[in-house]
Amino acid sequence: MDTEIVGQSPRGRSLHRFANPGRFLRLSGAVLPWLSVGALITVSFGLGWGLFFSPADYQQGDAVRIIYVHVPAAWLASAGYLSLAICSVLSLVWRHPLADLAAMEIGPVGAGFTAVCLATGSLWGKPMWGAWWVWDARLTSVLVLFFLYLGHIALVRAFDDPTRGHRAGAILALVGAVNLPIIKFSVDWWNTLHQPASINFTSAPSMAPSMLWPLLISAVGFTLVFAAIVVARTRAAVMERRIRGLLMARAAQAEA
Amino acid sequence: MTHLPFIAIAYVLGIGVPLCFAIDALRRTRAATRRLAAIDPRAERRGRG
Repeated sequence: MDTEIVGQSPRGRSLHRFANPGRFLRLSGAVLPWLSVGALITVSFGLGWGLFFSPADYQQGDAVRIIYVHVPAAWLASAGYLSLAICSVLSLVWRHPLADLAAMEIGPVGAGFTAVCLATGSLWGKPMWGAWWVWDARLTSVLVLFFLYLGHIALVRAFDDPTRGHRAGAILALVGAVNLPIIKFSVDWWNTLHQPASINFTSAPSMAPSMLWPLLISAVGFTLVFAAIVVARTRAAVMERRIRGLLMARAAQAEA
Repeated sequence: MTHLPFIAIAYVLGIGVPLCFAIDALRRTRAATRRLAAIDPRAERRGRG
């Protein structure tokens, strides 16, 4: 059941065509099994390689193996928030029907990955720095990101009218996006205990290929896992919204 | 292997947290599918047809 959107630009029309809940359920139902299997294989391969076959670091010893969990979690903490901000733009500008639901489902998953990033960083920091936590610019800005996620989760669920909750959450997500470049460049702008980036777009990576490849594969695997979880949660949210709509329609019919 | 407890906890968290989200998503999807099949009039029509 596709709705014709009149008086919008071709880009706006294509966005709304894609946002049709029925089409989303059909498309995601076909993609999700492949996405899940691909995620499982990739993340198992990356983590297995990192844990059992990559070399230990000459200074850090085997503790460096935490990198294969910590770095993908850190990357997804930021990428998840960026996707939250993109959904917020789609919601505020184009009233994209699925963007609100997707943002609502990205929030808890992003918060979970940010918590994993903070916890694994702490587990890596204790043996290497001698402290579970330091008020370093990188660590503090990621902690702020975690609180932004929690704020978003609470805000979208705080209103009786879901539309108002989604609108307030979208504004918070957009304002909070200013934290993303602060996280990225904190290690360059301030003297931090956290090491600078080993991989960037402007120079060759400062890691040995025997560590770089399992790290990249783990990062791709965790990204697929994140995507699969968000798609599955959004599918459930679409169906739950339809159930609420049907029950309310029945209640209105019974009253009349 | 040096620092084994730290590594083990990190991997348990890295695998366990996404696994919990995946199980929760599966549980929600199954519950919603069952409920929708029970109350959706279009599903009822499809069943009769």
